[in-house]
Amino acid sequence: MDATLAPHAHDEHPSGLARWLTTTNHKDIGTLYLWFSLAMFMFAGALAMVIRAELFQPGLQLVDPMQFNRLTSMHGLLMIFGAIMPAFVGFANWQVPLMIGAPDMAFPRLNNWSFWLLPVAGALLLASFFVPGGALAAGWTMYPPLFMQGGIAYDMTILAVHVLGLSSIMGAINIITTILNLRAPGMTLMKMPLFVWTWLITAYLLVAVMPVLAAVITMLLTDRHFGTHFFNAAGGGDPVMFQHIFWFFGHPEVYIMILPAFGIVSTIIPTFARKKLFGYTSMVYAVSSIALLSFIVWAHHMFTTGMPVAGQLFFMYATMLIAIPTGVKVFNWVATIWRGSLSFETPMLFAVAVVCLFTVGGFSGLVLALVPVDIQLQDTYYVVAHFHYVLFSGAAMSIIGGVYYWLPKWTGHRYDERLGQWHFWLTTIAFNVTFFPMHFLGLAGMPRRIPDYALQFADFNQIASLGGFVLGAAQLLFVYIVVKCVRGGEPAGDKTWDGADTLEWTLPSPPPYHSFTTPPKID
Amino acid sequence: MDMHRRSLSAPAGLAGLGLAGPAGAEFALNLPPPATEIAQRIHDLHTLILWICFGIFLVVFVPMFYALWRHRKSRGHAAHDFHENPRLEVAWTVVPVLILIGMAVPSTSVVLAMKDTGASELTVKVTARQWKWEYEYLGTEVRFASNLATPQAQIENREAKGEHYLLEVDRPLVVPTGSKIRLVLTAEDVIHAWWVPAFGVKQDAIPGFVRDAWFRVDAPGTYRGQCAELCGVNHAFMPVVVEAVPPERFAAWLDEQKTARAAVQAASARDYPLAELVERGKAVYAAHCAACHQESGKGLPGAFPALDGSPLVKGPLAAHLAIVLDGKPGTAMQAFAKQLSDLELAAVVSYERNAWGNKTGDGVQPREVAALRK
Amino acid sequence: MSEHAHATTSYYVPPPSRWPIVGSCALLAIASGFVLLLAKVAAGPWLMALGAAILVYMLVGWFGSVIRENQAGLLEGQVDVSYRWGMVWFIFSEVMFFAGFFGALFYARNFAVPALADAELVWPGYAGGWPTAGPGIADAFTPMAAWGIPALNTLLLLSSGATVTWAHWGLQKGDRRQVKLGLLFTIGLGLVFLALQIYEYGIAAFSLKTGIYGATFYLLTGFHGLHVTLGIVMLAVIAGRVFAGHFDAARHFGFAAVSWYWHFVDVVWLILFVFVYWL
Ligand code: HEA
Ligand code: HEA
Ligand code: HEC
Ligand code: CUA
Ligand SMILES: [Cu+2]
Repeated sequence: MDATLAPHAHDEHPSGLARWLTTTNHKDIGTLYLWFSLAMFMFAGALAMVIRAELFQPGLQLVDPMQFNRLTSMHGLLMIFGAIMPAFVGFANWQVPLMIGAPDMAFPRLNNWSFWLLPVAGALLLASFFVPGGALAAGWTMYPPLFMQGGIAYDMTILAVHVLGLSSIMGAINIITTILNLRAPGMTLMKMPLFVWTWLITAYLLVAVMPVLAAVITMLLTDRHFGTHFFNAAGGGDPVMFQHIFWFFGHPEVYIMILPAFGIVSTIIPTFARKKLFGYTSMVYAVSSIALLSFIVWAHHMFTTGMPVAGQLFFMYATMLIAIPTGVKVFNWVATIWRGSLSFETPMLFAVAVVCLFTVGGFSGLVLALVPVDIQLQDTYYVVAHFHYVLFSGAAMSIIGGVYYWLPKWTGHRYDERLGQWHFWLTTIAFNVTFFPMHFLGLAGMPRRIPDYALQFADFNQIASLGGFVLGAAQLLFVYIVVKCVRGGEPAGDKTWDGADTLEWTLPSPPPYHSFTTPPKID
Repeated sequence: MDMHRRSLSAPAGLAGLGLAGPAGAEFALNLPPPATEIAQRIHDLHTLILWICFGIFLVVFVPMFYALWRHRKSRGHAAHDFHENPRLEVAWTVVPVLILIGMAVPSTSVVLAMKDTGASELTVKVTARQWKWEYEYLGTEVRFASNLATPQAQIENREAKGEHYLLEVDRPLVVPTGSKIRLVLTAEDVIHAWWVPAFGVKQDAIPGFVRDAWFRVDAPGTYRGQCAELCGVNHAFMPVVVEAVPPERFAAWLDEQKTARAAVQAASARDYPLAELVERGKAVYAAHCAACHQESGKGLPGAFPALDGSPLVKGPLAAHLAIVLDGKPGTAMQAFAKQLSDLELAAVVSYERNAWGNKTGDGVQPREVAALRK
Repeated sequence: MSEHAHATTSYYVPPPSRWPIVGSCALLAIASGFVLLLAKVAAGPWLMALGAAILVYMLVGWFGSVIRENQAGLLEGQVDVSYRWGMVWFIFSEVMFFAGFFGALFYARNFAVPALADAELVWPGYAGGWPTAGPGIADAFTPMAAWGIPALNTLLLLSSGATVTWAHWGLQKGDRRQVKLGLLFTIGLGLVFLALQIYEYGIAAFSLKTGIYGATFYLLTGFHGLHVTLGIVMLAVIAGRVFAGHFDAARHFGFAAVSWYWHFVDVVWLILFVFVYWL
């Protein structure tokens, strides 16, 4: 097939499975990413359902402690690497070329590979549940020396993360190059939609930190099998060194999972406020500062390891600083809403909820940033509450909002608005019922990663579990809405949302297989 | 269920976020009541920060919800055209900086106080192992392990759960009230974290490294906490219990421990009939080995090997003793040489060789163990 | 951005391709084989070998297509710029990979080892200092001296950086003899470097298991050596293309990319020489 070199001889593409296996089309690849992510979201969410069921009451009921640790670790790992990150890359694939007026991604073949590495990693991770010793049970953070005690599944996890890293790095290089080099004539950097900006910065973070993760898990592997002593005191190594290198990746990683979400929110709000985004320039600077600061705050995950006081103070101050650019973003969103002409279709509902609930998560992050308070709260359910507020009601809910926003463009059909509204309210209410009590649990002293707990934690756990089940059920409704919309529905029209002003809305819905083969003119 | 540590001082701030806990006292909404000055300061710091965040939340979201309601298209509101305001933007960058400085100042002073481990009156070495704490009063010979005391039957829901379910141990750490206690922490296998919320102390115990922390508690009483770092299967079952007693009682307790220790040493100096060794070994096994290898000797498949029928246990004594004394590096099987006395080691090994289906009929004497220790 | 505004000939989007999925199969086979190898299953190495073979097949096929497209003139203008950006960011990711290992070295020397020396309660009598195999490993060892083979190797790599630049100049002024000669010199110097490195491993009085010193030494120099090997392969391919008459003064991205890569490998070595061997 490669022998056909004429540029346009390939508008015909193979059909059936071969189309998806060999595709070089950014829309096909974006679709693949999004479906993959949805599958992983459901699977990792199902693991969380078992976690919540076990924690419904004190005592051991459903799973033994080892099994529980596996559920927790794999839930975290799969949500982060399987659900959230691929979903954002899916958005980038669909939207970046459309929003900058490019014919496709800069490296279409590489793009295909970035996707098709994910199932490889997914297969390794799923298979790891069935090998002797069982799947990873040392937390998604993989801390040694506990990690050293694991069986063959731990090696599979390392290799899977290597493959995921490779995929992310290639994907990120592709996105950066596309943005830097394929913008339509006239689209200067400061005219790019904010979503594209957030992805440019995110991709930069990915290229900067995924290789560091690769390095540190390589050290884990050689410590496990080849006799090195990176993380073993007897040989002059240090388990805490793992944590430093891991979090040097890990903290930027959490912004990798939130910056594109900021981009989506910054796209949705102006559309439904029918008003330009407030403070575009300061938004760009805020995103950049968040990214830069994210490299010097990592040790806030390690305050209880006992670092010198100067280290604690430095990392505390640096972490607190991130509240400033993030605050700028929140204020800008509120100012965009202010005196708009607002309507509340499902995407807007999700975007508004994200602004509000993400801020709650940001505040609990700030509480954790203060060393003395973090000493009390580290490794408790307060942290679990914090990161679900930023990850679920920050990242996941903006992904869901983004899906509602662009689904009409991608499929050509409107989704069922009434069901969408139901999904929103169920999700938002159940989410808060699930995770808000976890703040109290953490304050009262319930450690995370435990299958069984003391009696004073029983009531809030029960509430959280009930909320969790409703939250899970609500996501089944989401799957139904998406499938229904893909299969048919009211025609979406070229410009589904009257307030939208980015380039993709100048194309038909769904857009032609190859769009912007001649770049549009931007003034 | 009635011994909950409650705190009714739950800041209204949380309630304001829209989802307060029900008013019942069953629900603890804040940090547990502090027992040390540091914990008190942390408590106050947290309350202060919470109120500030609550205030900011109102300042930001009251206008937003006002706009969501007032500036709706369905009410016929037309969009105004503005998208910049340099003065406003500078203000909302600078004001948060000032607020953050206001938070950083009190935090810094608490951090400095927490890290000051100098001038302590008593130093206790804490060694963490899967899944127990070992306490050693430095400068004395007193040393003991502290294990979970909650019976397995309660955990498996076969018995009603006790008041201190999962927060009770066989031997708590005993400390005098009113003096500055310094802990030096280390671990043997994986990372654990020693945590007592009421003291405001949480410190990782890191294998091969030494970290320290301190506390001074004034009110006598029992304080409970848990291991706070994922350390494997039984991470949930590794509580910390501290008993603070008046100094005189502490001195008396310490003396008792010293005599008891001398008695143990004397007991290791003679030989025992096999039946007595096995009898004593059963108790040692239950306290130190059953957490992993199980009462039944069947272990947990995939994690801990069965000792019942194990060729190693039924084979030559030397190899059996060696794994118990030195453990197996890189696995959960720890070295017991320093944890147990010669008599206890002799007893537990003799027990394993004769318990369940392992009817080897041989045993080992304390002096033989002593000889192996070098 | 304005120079391609005339675009009726738009950006080249390659047709559907089977190479990526072939590559994924290769990686799946390699990873599964490696897992089996670690689990001491005999089939492991065979599966890995199969995966490696598929990977080579994929690389040859994929790069073959790229070269053909290039020769057909499809990768010019804007596409060429894309390839340049791609290479730049790829090298940046490699820099960060090494930064992870250098970070470990730096942390061990400045934080972990001194903390262990202070931990009298656990490691009585351990003095710390660098190089060290740590407090729990008793065997004495001799670290690698900087001013023997490593210094020579530094000289070799630096010269190879010069020769590749010289070859590049040759390309720019159209002197193909100079290009060929420059490339051959570079490859030769790289090979001698590798041979010396392997020899050095052979005579080293310590191993991967010699505590943190051995671990950081071998992983840093080892990964560097792998990159040199990869660089030599790339140089060889480029040399082959030069002999086949590819590239001219205006159009030689492949050549430039490889020389950037080679310089990157060079710079890593310099840092390595200073911090692993010398200081
Ligand atoms: C999307 C992911 C995401 C995001 C965006 C964040 C954002 C932040 N996080 Fe969070 N965090 C995680 C994901 C994330 N985090 C995860 C997954 C963990 C746990 C990992 C693990 O252990 O498994 C974690 C853990 C974690 C810890 C360690 C806790 C512990 O283990 O002890 C800390 C401590 O400092 C922290 C802090 C912060 C801070 C200060 C922010 C800031 O960026 C928040 C900034 C935002 C605001 C402050 C709100 C908006 C601002 C205003 C309205 C302006 C005005 C405000 C003021 C002046 C106060 N996080
Ligand atoms: C983006 C990331 C993300 C998301 C979206 C979620 C979503 C959820 N999380 Fe998760 N969580 C993490 C990231 C995330 N989590 C991380 C990183 C950790 C830390 C791991 C660690 O400690 O190492 C963690 C840990 C964690 C814990 C702590 C475990 C412990 O410490 O022991 C809990 C406990 O309640 C929890 C619960 C939930 C629940 C109820 C949801 C719900 O929102 C899920 C909603 C449910 C669904 C989406 C599923 C719907 C499907 C069904 C109802 C069944 C269908 C069945 C089939 C198709 C088979 N999570
Ligand atoms: C924290 C968990 C744990 C505790 C407590 C523990 N062990 Fe073990 N033990 C293990 C593990 C894990 C192994 C397997 C090591 C390996 O991989 O070879 C093991 C192996 C053994 C073996 C070798 C079994 C064989 O067939 O190879 C013996 C004998 C043994 N333990 C005795 C004891 C005794 C006696 C005690 C108490 C004094 C004890 N163990 C306490 C975890 C534990
Ligand atoms: Cu020990 Cu957790
Ligand atoms: Cu962080």
